[in-house]
Amino acid sequence: MSLRVIKPGLLSTVQDSGRTAQARFGVAPSGAMDRPALRLANALVGNTANAAALELTVLGPVLRFERDCVVALTGAPIDARIDTTLLPLWRPVHVLAGATLKLAGMRQGARSYLAIAGGLRAQHWLGSASVDLNAGIGRALHAGELLEIAVAPKPQWMEKPGLSWPNWSLAPAHWFEAHQRPLRVVPGVHFDALDAAAQSALYGSSFRIAADSNRVGFRLQGATLELSKPLELVSEAVDFGTMQLPPGGDPIVLMAEHPTTGGYPRIAQVAAVDLPYLAQRRPGDDLYFEHIDAQQAEHLLIRQEQALDELIVELGRRLAAQS
Amino acid sequence: MPVSSPYPRIERVSESLLIVRVGAIIDLQVNHAAQVIAQRILRADLRGVNDVAPAYASVAVRYQPRLWMGPRHDAFAAISDALKPFLFDITTGAEPRRLVEIPVCYGGAHGVDLAAAAETLRMTVAECIALHVGADYRVAMLGFAPGFPYLLGLPPQLQLPRRAQPRLRVPAGSVAIGGAQTGIYPCELPGGWHLIGCTPLRLFDSAAPQPCLLAPGDGLRFRAITPAQFDVAQRALIA
Repeated sequence: MSLRVIKPGLLSTVQDSGRTAQARFGVAPSGAMDRPALRLANALVGNTANAAALELTVLGPVLRFERDCVVALTGAPIDARIDTTLLPLWRPVHVLAGATLKLAGMRQGARSYLAIAGGLRAQHWLGSASVDLNAGIGRALHAGELLEIAVAPKPQWMEKPGLSWPNWSLAPAHWFEAHQRPLRVVPGVHFDALDAAAQSALYGSSFRIAADSNRVGFRLQGATLELSKPLELVSEAVDFGTMQLPPGGDPIVLMAEHPTTGGYPRIAQVAAVDLPYLAQRRPGDDLYFEHIDAQQAEHLLIRQEQALDELIVELGRRLAAQS
Repeated sequence: MPVSSPYPRIERVSESLLIVRVGAIIDLQVNHAAQVIAQRILRADLRGVNDVAPAYASVAVRYQPRLWMGPRHDAFAAISDALKPFLFDITTGAEPRRLVEIPVCYGGAHGVDLAAAAETLRMTVAECIALHVGADYRVAMLGFAPGFPYLLGLPPQLQLPRRAQPRLRVPAGSVAIGGAQTGIYPCELPGGWHLIGCTPLRLFDSAAPQPCLLAPGDGLRFRAITPAQFDVAQRALIA
């Protein structure tokens, strides 16, 4: 029981919550760029938080369903159609066998998530289905590929004939921000090694996401940042959101497919709560940074995780009441 | 460790990743301390700790902030306190976990930079190979890419600056030297080191039950093989 890839889209990959406990072998977590969006897509179709789903980038794929399915789209507002019917985002949608889902461009943002009830039965490497192109783990969707879907119970509202969806949806405003606000960053361990001009430029000027940015990292162009004196560093751990400063002076923010370690100065860390927001920015977009301290960043993340958990419990109730 | 030492020191990387810094240099004893601390934390199997990984002079600990947060303290403070018992009383002397031998075909098409590197180092190609195979190495850490080992133990006579122009594609299996370091490329990667040879062994195979040939703390030696032996070994691995 499956899903046929007719066109792969710009970059569509299978993602789940990522690999853990592999860093000592040089294997990083990978996983979705916009993690709350993936989690909510899964929750909308009744999947567990770790179920494998698709991450779509800027231009989505064309997929044919070979059986009836419940699907949900979250993240960037993507143009999704079955024949001429425009599908709503942020809610479960009943799709019939034989339907061709055409996912086209995104009006804003850069990444949408497509979850399918039951989850994708994708290959796992080291405990996770997350593709990590940078590490050579898995590959992007390609035309003709068949994706297996695990069988999931059919909710009652699906008994209506035809393409259908419930009359409610999640409010996307909390999870997808269309307007551009500054990103909150915590100074990194080497922030103090920046010269005075660079320290003020990091918070006071704008940086543009360079064209060669991808799931590994976003290269930022703007004020050239310089150290007050060169640093001799030995390679050590980096994370999603780490802002490194290579010798060229253009900072790089590491994203979901970051390597486990790096040897460049770590000048800042994008607050984890703002990483989904950064993941939705495209090459050419301008970014501004705003200072917060590490305790605030931790507090904001915990609050966001709690809010997400509460929402998912509420969503579970809603779905149960309907079936 | 003397009281005045700034190490070990616990630093935040992100909201869910910290490092225990045990030093600031590439050194066998410093790395040994990182290996010992990483093993202790791994064995303790603490709730809310997801991953532990040693690097040259530090140990990365990935944790779940929500499980460490308390009413009066933040998660980082709580886990820092919990890690302190693992950080002290590290005996010196660093026996390798085990010894792994890596067959390498040096020079020629397998190590395109060897001749030039030998010339820069003012020695013959044979002397260069003899020095590289004669040394005992240690896997200080794996990083940069899955299964990529950073090795300690390159003889000082083999140290030379990195290439001015890094290569965009270094073939899988390449054995390279750069600065005080030597390493092996598990897959095709960009790199700025000098390629002196190639091993037919696979250092990382994501589909294998034990995907990684090497682990941090392993002892390692190189053994020179001929191009014919390289071809035989590579065919055997592919078959």
